[in-house]
Amino acid sequence: MQLPLWPEAASAVATEVDHLYIYLTLVSVVMSVLIFGTIFIFAIKYRRRGDEVPQPIHGSLRLEITWSVIPFLIMLTFFWWGAKIFFLNATPPPNAMDVYVVGKQWMWKLQYPGGQREINELHVPIGRPVKLTLASEDVIHSFFIPALRIKHDVVPGHYDTMWFTANKTGRYHLFCAEYCGTEHSGMVGWVTIMTPADYQNWLAGGGSSGTMAQQGERLFEQLGCSGCHLVDRQGRGPMLRGVYGSRVQLTNGQTVTADDAYVRESILNPNTKIAAGYHADVMPSFQGQISEEGILQLIVYIKSLAISNTPGAPTAALHPAAPAQTISAVRRTIQQDGGTQ
Amino acid sequence: MSTVLQAPETIETPNYLNAEYGWKSWLFTTDHKRIAVLYLISISAMFALGGIFAMLIRLELLTPQGDLVTSDTYNKFFTMHGVVMIFFFLVPSIPATLGNFLIPMMIGAKDLAFPRINLLSWYIYVAGAIFALASIVMGGVDTGWTFYTPFSTTYSNTFVITAATGVFIAGFSSILTGLNFIVTVHKMRAPGMTWGRLPLFVWANYATALIQVLGTPVLAITLALIALERGFHIGIFDPAIGGDPILFQHMFWFYSHPAVYIMILPGMGVISELVTCFSRKGIFGYSFIAGSSLGIAIIGFLVWGHHMFVTGMSMYAGLYFSLLSMFVAVPSAIKVFNWTATMYRGSISYETPMLYVFGFIGLFTIGGLTGLFLATLGVDVHVTDTYFVVAHFHYVMVGGMVVAYLGGLHFWWPKITGKMYPEGWGKFSALLVFVGFNLTFFPQFILGYLGQPRRYHAYAPEFQVLNVMSTAGASVLGLGFLIPLIYFLWSLRYGKAAGNNPWGAKGLEWTTQSPPTTFNFDETPIVTEEAYAYAKHEEAHVG
Repeated sequence: MQLPLWPEAASAVATEVDHLYIYLTLVSVVMSVLIFGTIFIFAIKYRRRGDEVPQPIHGSLRLEITWSVIPFLIMLTFFWWGAKIFFLNATPPPNAMDVYVVGKQWMWKLQYPGGQREINELHVPIGRPVKLTLASEDVIHSFFIPALRIKHDVVPGHYDTMWFTANKTGRYHLFCAEYCGTEHSGMVGWVTIMTPADYQNWLAGGGSSGTMAQQGERLFEQLGCSGCHLVDRQGRGPMLRGVYGSRVQLTNGQTVTADDAYVRESILNPNTKIAAGYHADVMPSFQGQISEEGILQLIVYIKSLAISNTPGAPTAALHPAAPAQTISAVRRTIQQDGGTQ
Repeated sequence: MSTVLQAPETIETPNYLNAEYGWKSWLFTTDHKRIAVLYLISISAMFALGGIFAMLIRLELLTPQGDLVTSDTYNKFFTMHGVVMIFFFLVPSIPATLGNFLIPMMIGAKDLAFPRINLLSWYIYVAGAIFALASIVMGGVDTGWTFYTPFSTTYSNTFVITAATGVFIAGFSSILTGLNFIVTVHKMRAPGMTWGRLPLFVWANYATALIQVLGTPVLAITLALIALERGFHIGIFDPAIGGDPILFQHMFWFYSHPAVYIMILPGMGVISELVTCFSRKGIFGYSFIAGSSLGIAIIGFLVWGHHMFVTGMSMYAGLYFSLLSMFVAVPSAIKVFNWTATMYRGSISYETPMLYVFGFIGLFTIGGLTGLFLATLGVDVHVTDTYFVVAHFHYVMVGGMVVAYLGGLHFWWPKITGKMYPEGWGKFSALLVFVGFNLTFFPQFILGYLGQPRRYHAYAPEFQVLNVMSTAGASVLGLGFLIPLIYFLWSLRYGKAAGNNPWGAKGLEWTTQSPPTTFNFDETPIVTEEAYAYAKHEEAHVG
């Protein structure tokens, strides 16, 4: 008979969340014992013995201030510690390796930059930050890995990201945590955390039809994008080399950064943000003609054409893996890399 | 005259129950006490219905495989459990029954300010309940009580609009009750009943009424938008037609978080009344308890985002909602400390209502403290949408609200019916509720931290032992709810006559006969003392 009482922890963040949780629990136990103990003592000591009517005590401002301010100061420590972890979770380091996740009723579809694809399985190495880009084909899902103490909603219509650095090999639960319909409780899978060597073997073993960027390039041809968007020359649409990650001037005078969300929007609703010098109603919408996975492949392809990916420039792939084992080490990594991509 | 002078035990004195007979005298009544009884019957029926769904959920979860009913049926069970319990039991429960009955009596009034609107609010409630029941009979709803988009607007194939219409309609009942209470408290207080002398139960219901009037329209708008998108494909929430699903969550929780306080504040009001009576002592920190009700009502409107920390909201919005959620815990803590201090040097007796007070403070404290876990950003990311959340809000809603409601029902039952319930059975079932409740919901904190997501029909096999404990506890809890139902009904016929003031309690409602006459007071009382002046009462006797 299995009776686990504490979940496994497979990252430094998970251990940190555990410490905070234990701190919260200890404070709660102390508070509860104080309150329940006091009530218990009063209930015994001042039990009714006859018809005596005790004199009222109307209150005490000093006591009211004490039992408002002290608990609030303790709560501020919860707030501070919790916020630190939240900020860390929200800031993926720039050298993180990418995995792309698409949730649909009722499965998880995962794609790796190398072109490997899986369903309901995530394979990652220890000691290396992993950034998940989350998209949904239909309703809201939530990508939840209890052993890493993280989850993030997967909301249709835009991209979300989450990241972690695992530090313990093993096979851990993957759950959908946001109710998504009939087979919600069947939308589960496994996260396999491996040594870097095992991970390399696993990558090599995956029968792949080219890298994700190559898959995206093929899709780019199939959908006819290449008729207007040329890689290194001006076509009817903007040239793609160097677009990703750059600031794009729009016809309405605004400027946006060409990130995942912008590329996605430009494919699905091309008239929303027109780059300066181009016209609306030239490009058709690809809404309904391309899956979320396909869009992610196109994004990875366009990303591969970014200026920073020209030979010689540092890229995510060439960036040395951070030996991030502790929270502070992760924080240092983020600070050194400036926190921007 | 001679008959009146005979022993009142043998000849029934005229009261609101025997003033008129026949179904018309009930269905067309404008007496706030009779309307309270109508509500009591209706919400008890809805509580029983919601309870049946709860038992079916727990039965399914005895085994990890999901083998009792299909996934679709299970999803409908937890949806209907939530919809029925929240919108048709918890929201109206104390205000519509005890509040309706007691607020006019506590302030020395003959009725609420708008007696016919009061009756109307009951009819609206029933109309809403009929829609909710219709959606169940037709085949159920599977969206969860939260109606999250775009699942509810585009993907669900169930009777979403019917159920949402029921909730939409019931909301107007809530608004009208709140409006009635606000006007009544402002305009109908007896001479001498100053704001500083109002019983804390009235303060709590007044604060609740403010939330009902200000918050419920937002729920109505949100549900109407759901129907527009589902029925006419107007893109509001579904990104495939240009909407934003997160917008729905902001609108939904803008009502539904304050609604948590609609559910708990009246319970806190009950506890304030009970703790003074059974300590035979004035309340400690009257103005802090009264003020904290208003504080909760105001700050409660500013914390809705803590339901959405993992939706991808900005880090800074997360900080704001986390900090304010900590802040809203302070007034709740103030209440608990003041109730405890009230017992200091009191004269404490342990009748059934007081046992429920002990139960409330214990369970509400745990519910409140675990709320701080959820307000703590880094921890919430792990435990949100797991059984930890389920356990937390049941500690507040059942351990807090339902326990307070039962305590209040036992306390005022002699006033409402003129009869005493059997004290021994009362104590026994209070104990069953406490033990059964903890056995049901405490294991769910552990399950949640282990990572079992909520709303799971099938679950990982290693979670089974804790789930079996929870189901076992639910059976005990169910029995604890069933026994009072039986002895309350039994007492109507066989209960001892209660007398006007069986607890020796203070408060204008105890100066009337039990059950009260239709207009409560023979002549308008004049209030000359503060609330809970137990010592003064004694002085008067001694002097």
